Amino acid sequence: MGTSFGRGGATTFQQDLQNADCILIMGSNMAENHPVGFQWVMEARERGATIIHVDPRFTRTSAVCNFYLPIRAGSDIAFLGGIIHYILENRREFTEYVVNYTNAPVIIDERFQDTEDLDGFFSGWDAEQNAYDIQSWQYKDMPVHAAAGHRARDTAAVSEATGGHGHPIAHHDAVCDETLQDPNCVFQLLRKHFQRYTPETVSQICGITPAALERVAKLLCDNSGRERTAAFVYSVGWTQHTVGVQYIRAAAIIQLLLGNIGRPGGGIMALRGHTSIQGSTDIPTLYDLLPGYIPMPQAGPHDDLQTFLDHHASKTGFWAHMDAYTVSLLKAYFGDAATPENQFGFGWLPRITGDHSHYQTMLDMLDGKVNGFFCVGENPAVGSAHGGLQRRALAKLDWLVVRDLVEIESASFWYDGPEIESGRLKSEEIKTEVFFLPAAAHTEKEGSFTNTQRLLQWHHQAAKPCGDCQSDLDFYYHLGKCIQEKLRDSTEPRDRAIKALAWEYATHGERAEVDAQAVLAEINGTDANGRPLSSYTQLQVDGSTACGCWIYCGVFADGINRAASRTPGIDQHWVAPDWGWAWPANRRILYNRASADPDGRPWSERKKYVWWDKQKSEWTGYDSPDFELRKNPHYEPPRDARAEAALGGAEPFIMQADGIGWIWAPGGLRDGPLPTHYEPQESPVANMLYAQGSNPVRQEFERLENPYNAPATSDDFPYIITTYRLTEHHTAGGMTRTLPHLSELQPEFFCEVSPELAAERGLHNGGWATLVTSRAAIEARVLVTKRMTPLRIGNRTIHQVGIPYHWGYKGISVGDSGNDLLPIALDPNVHIQESKAATCDIRSGRRSRA
Amino acid sequence: MTLETRMGFFTDTTLCIGCKACEVACKEWNQLPADGYELSGQSYDNTGALSGTTWRHVAFVEQFDGEAHDLIAPISFEDGGRWLMSSDVCKHCTHAACLDVCPTGALFRTEFGTVVVQDDICNGCGYCVPACPFGVIDRRPDTGRAAKCTLCYDRLKDGQKPACAKACPTESIQFGNLSELRERAQKRLEKVGTIDARAQLYGADTNDGVGGFGAFFLLTDDPEVYGLPPSPRVTTRDLPGMWKSAALAGAALAAAIVLCTVGAPNGE
Amino acid sequence: MKHSGWPALRQLDGDPFALGKAAQSARSEELEPRTKSADRIVKSICPYCAVGCGQNVYVKDERIIQIEGDPDSPISRGRLCPKGSATRELVQSPRREYRVKYRRPYGSSWEELPLERAIDMIADRVIATRAQTWEDRSADGAMLNRTMGIASLGGATLDNEENYLMKKLYTALGIVQVENQARI
Repeated sequence: MGTSFGRGGATTFQQDLQNADCILIMGSNMAENHPVGFQWVMEARERGATIIHVDPRFTRTSAVCNFYLPIRAGSDIAFLGGIIHYILENRREFTEYVVNYTNAPVIIDERFQDTEDLDGFFSGWDAEQNAYDIQSWQYKDMPVHAAAGHRARDTAAVSEATGGHGHPIAHHDAVCDETLQDPNCVFQLLRKHFQRYTPETVSQICGITPAALERVAKLLCDNSGRERTAAFVYSVGWTQHTVGVQYIRAAAIIQLLLGNIGRPGGGIMALRGHTSIQGSTDIPTLYDLLPGYIPMPQAGPHDDLQTFLDHHASKTGFWAHMDAYTVSLLKAYFGDAATPENQFGFGWLPRITGDHSHYQTMLDMLDGKVNGFFCVGENPAVGSAHGGLQRRALAKLDWLVVRDLVEIESASFWYDGPEIESGRLKSEEIKTEVFFLPAAAHTEKEGSFTNTQRLLQWHHQAAKPCGDCQSDLDFYYHLGKCIQEKLRDSTEPRDRAIKALAWEYATHGERAEVDAQAVLAEINGTDANGRPLSSYTQLQVDGSTACGCWIYCGVFADGINRAASRTPGIDQHWVAPDWGWAWPANRRILYNRASADPDGRPWSERKKYVWWDKQKSEWTGYDSPDFELRKNPHYEPPRDARAEAALGGAEPFIMQADGIGWIWAPGGLRDGPLPTHYEPQESPVANMLYAQGSNPVRQEFERLENPYNAPATSDDFPYIITTYRLTEHHTAGGMTRTLPHLSELQPEFFCEVSPELAAERGLHNGGWATLVTSRAAIEARVLVTKRMTPLRIGNRTIHQVGIPYHWGYKGISVGDSGNDLLPIALDPNVHIQESKAATCDIRSGRRSRA
Repeated sequence: MTLETRMGFFTDTTLCIGCKACEVACKEWNQLPADGYELSGQSYDNTGALSGTTWRHVAFVEQFDGEAHDLIAPISFEDGGRWLMSSDVCKHCTHAACLDVCPTGALFRTEFGTVVVQDDICNGCGYCVPACPFGVIDRRPDTGRAAKCTLCYDRLKDGQKPACAKACPTESIQFGNLSELRERAQKRLEKVGTIDARAQLYGADTNDGVGGFGAFFLLTDDPEVYGLPPSPRVTTRDLPGMWKSAALAGAALAAAIVLCTVGAPNGE
Repeated sequence: MKHSGWPALRQLDGDPFALGKAAQSARSEELEPRTKSADRIVKSICPYCAVGCGQNVYVKDERIIQIEGDPDSPISRGRLCPKGSATRELVQSPRREYRVKYRRPYGSSWEELPLERAIDMIADRVIATRAQTWEDRSADGAMLNRTMGIASLGGATLDNEENYLMKKLYTALGIVQVENQARI
C-alpha cells in the first residue's frame, strides 16, 4: 500500500463499503473474521452491489456473496494478473484517471528487462547477493541515487510502509507519453508483462475456468468509471506469502487502472486482525521503524543525523519535512537533553544491520544468541509458524518475561509443551528463568486503539486491575524508572541514552498508575511553550517542537482528546468525523483529491466526495480534503520547488515524491517493479509461467531445524495446506479457548477436506487425521465437506486441506497447533511468513504419542 | 392481545452470516452455562439444538448437490450449492401448548405477548417439555427447572432490545412489534422471492397450527431442511376444556391430580 | 372468537385462564434488567479484532456486570460478534491470573514473587544482559549502540500509548529486536 499510494494503511473506511457497486473480497474471510464490519458489505449487497469472494475455501463469507470462486491457495497474483490483462486488452481502464493520477505515462529506463525476457527474473539480478540492483527499474533520465541498489535492499520494508519517499523524483521531471503508446512507458510495459496472463493460462494456474475469470474481471470493469466504483477487501490471506507484498501491489494496480482509489465506494480495505495492529505499526513495536514510519537508522550510512535525512527524506512531497518529524521525535524522546549541538540525541539511537524481525530473532534465540525476551500479549509457541522451533528457542533463553491475562503456552512450554510430552526437552534441563506477570484487561486501563481504518478510539477505565495485574503502560513506566534509578551513577557511554530519556509522566492513585492521556499528549506533540500542536505542518526542525508520532499530530489538538470523541453516528452524516480521530488529520478516505477530476470537479454527481469550490477557492466536501486546502487544481509547480510546493494541483498522492499513484514501483520493493506470479515456497505445482519457480528474493532459512518439503515433483507431500481463523476464536486462542461460551461453539481442532480427498485417504467425517510436514505431525478431527473443492491444475487434481490455527495445549478447548506444521519462509520486503500455502500429507487416524 | 402490541422476532436467514453472536449474547445476558465441548461433525454447528441452556441456536445446512442459483448462492460453484445458516429460537406461539399444560402457573403470557417461564414458580415437573411442538423448552440440567428464551423479558420491561437482536451484526435477527415485523417480512419475501423461488415465511400465518409465531422466519428452503417441523400444531388443541379448567383451578394440588389422572401428555 | 372450545386459542384474548397477568409472580412484575442498576456506563472499544466496535461497560459497585455493543458507534452500531459478546467473560475469566508467577532456572514448578520484586529482578537482568552483550561499534567501525541480547514481541493488542512507551524505552536501552503481530 505504502509503495503504491504513499501511506501504509487502508485507503478507505469500513462504512464506505456500503457505497461500493462491486466488492471483491480476496485473501480475506471477512464475514467470519470481521463480522461486525461485514455489515457494511451486506448493506452494499442489499443496495444492489455485486459481492465476489475468491478463496480456496467456501466460507461463511462465500455463503452470502453473489459470486464465489474457489481458487488454488498461492495463485492469486496469476488471478489478479489475469484481471489486469483483461482490463488492458479490452481497454477498460479509466483513461483520464490513469493518465493524470498514475505513473502509467512515465517512460522507464531503456535498460529494463522484464520477467518475460528473463524467464522469471527482472533485470538487475545479482545471484551472488540474492538481490536486485534496481537501477534499470528507474524512470528514464532521472538522476538515479548512487546507492539505489543498496537502498532497495536495506530499506525496502520501510518503504513498503511509508511509500516512495526518498526517491529523488518529481512528476514534472519525468519523461512521459500521455498517449500511453511509447513501448517503454509504464502502461505498455505493464501490458507486455501481463500479456501471457490470458484467461486460459490463468485458469490453469488457479484451477478455475476461463469464463469465471472473465466474469470477475468484467464485473469489476462494469462497476468502475465515472459513475460507479468497486472496492477490494483483503487481509492476511494476501500478506502471508513469500510474495505477499506483491499480491497487494497487484490489487493496487487494478484499482489505479480502474480509477477506484480516493473515491467513495472504492479503495482497498486492508482488514487487520488485531484490535490495534494498525496502531502498533504507526507507533511501531517493529525493529525497522520509529514512530510515524521514520526508518530506524542503519549502522554505517547513518552515523549522523544529516546523512540519515539526506538518505531518506525526499525533496518533494510531504516527506520532504522528514527533518522536522525526526527532530521533533528526538525532542519527545530526550527532552532538554536533545540539543542542536548533540544532533538532538540522534547518536544515542541504536543502529540496525539487516533483518532483526521476529523469525530471525527466534532463530538467533535457538542458537543461544538472545539472552532475554519480553513476550507481551503474544503467544509465539502457538501463534507463529513452526511452533516446535519457537518453543525450543524459548528453552534456550536466560530469562523470559511473559505478560498476559492467562497462563499461555509461551509461559508454560517448560513443563507442559509437546516437546516435554515427547521427551525431546526435559524440564530440569531448561535453564530459562520465567517471569509471568498478569496483565490488566482493556477495561482496567485507559488508552487508544487504532482500528483497521486508521481510526484512533479511546477506551476508558471501567474497573481497577486486581492483585498484581498491571497495564503495560504501568509496567514499562516502572521498569524504566527502576532501570534509570539503578543506572543513576553510571558513567558508561552505553547508559547515556537511558539516563537522558525523558521519562516523567503524571501518575495517580496508590499504585502510581500512569496518566495515559499525558502519553497521548506527548505523542500528539507540543510547541516551545508546551502547548498542544494541532497539525504536523507546525513541526519545526530547530528543536522548538516535540512530537512522539507526527502522523498522530492533531489527536490532542487544543488539549482535547479527540480519540475520545463520541458524537453518536446517528447525529452525524455518514462519514462521522466526530467519532474518534483518524490519521492523518482526521481523514477517512485517503488521496480523496482523486475523487475529483483534474479540474477539481466531481467525476460524477453519484460519486461526489471532495471537490474544488471555485467561489471560496478551496477544497471542500464530505471529508477532510487530503490536499493543501487552497492549492488550485491548475497549480503548476515551478521547476525548483520543494516539498509539497513541488506537487501540482492535480497530483493527489501527496506522500509520494511525484504525487501520483505508482502502477510501476521504481523503488521501495526488493522483488520487482511489477507483481509476478511465483509459486509458494512449498507447492505441488511447478511455475507454469517461468523457469524460476518461487520468488527469487524470498527469505529462506536453510538449516536443519527448518526443513522445507520437497518441491513440486515429490509425492511425499502432495496436498496444499492453508491456515485460517474462525469467528468463534481469536489468534492463538488465549483470549477465547479459555472462555466457555466460545469454546463450546468450536470445541476442537479440526481440518477441512473434500469428500474426494477423504476417499483418497480413508478419512471420515468426525474421525481423526494426522497431518504431516517435514516440521511436525499433528492430529485433528476431520470435517469432510463439499465446501472444499478439488481443483484441476493442468492434468492433475489438486486437493487443499484447511486448518484453523487457534489451538494449543492450554485452555478449556485444547488441541494440536496448526502452526507447528509450517516452515519459516518469508516475504523479502516485510518478513511475514508464508502460512497461507504450504504442502502436507494427511493420513487417517491419530498421531503417534512417542 | 393484538399484533400491534405483541413484540417478537423476525429472523431473516438471508442476512445470517452464522457468526453465533446471538448464542453468546444470549448466554451472556441470561447467564447460561456452556453445554459441552465436543465437536459434532455437523458442519459448524457444535451446540446441536435449542435446550434449557441454549436459547438461540444457529443451524448450518450445507447444500452442495443442487443446481446453481441466486442471491445467496455461489453462481460459479461447479455444482451450485449453498451454505444455509439460520438462528433458531423459541417461537413464542400465539397458542402455546407449554403455557396450556403448565400446572403451576410458572409459564405465563407477558404484557408483550411473549411466553416466559418464571423461575421462582417452576417446580420442574417437566410437563411443558413434551408439549412443545418444536422441542424448544427443556429442563435445565443444573437447576432442574424448565427454561427457554424469554425474549429478554427483563430488557423489554426497560424498553431495550433482546440481547441477541442487539448483537446480531447483520440484522438477521430483527426485533419489534409483530404487525410491523410481518409487514416488513412480506416485503422482504417479495424481494427475495423474485431471486429464489424457495424463499418462504415460516410462522407468519395466523391460521397455522399454533396461530402464528411470535418469533417467525424467512427461510430459503423448506422448514424441515433446517430441522424445523413443517406444520406444527399446538399439542393441547384436542384436549378437553375440562382439563384446562382443572389445571387452572388452583395450585399444586390440582396439578398433582391432573398429573396422576391424565398421565404424561403425548408430544404430538 | 370462533374456536371458543379451544382454550389455547383464547390465550391472547383477555386472560380468562389466568395465563397472563394473573399468573405473573411478584418477582416477574418487579423484574428489571441488571444493567439498570449500574452505577455508571463506561465507553470502551472491543479488544479482539481491528473492526473497532464500540462497547458499553456497565459497572456496579466497582465491578463490571455487563458489556454490550455501543449503539452510538458509527462503525458497529451497537452490534458485536460472538467474541465481542464474550468480552465480560474474558475480563472476568476464572482462568485469569492475578499474581506474579516465577520459575527459577531449571526449576520444576512456579513460585510466588511480589510484583515489585519481579520488576526489580527484571531491571537487573536487563542491565546485566546489556552490559554483557553491548555492541558499541561494528567490526568495520560503524556505530551500533545496541544489544542483541534482548528481544521483545508484542504490541498489536496493546494501546498506542503502551506501544509508545515500549518503543521509547527499548530504543533508549539499545534494544532493536522489537517486533509485534503485524509481522506475523
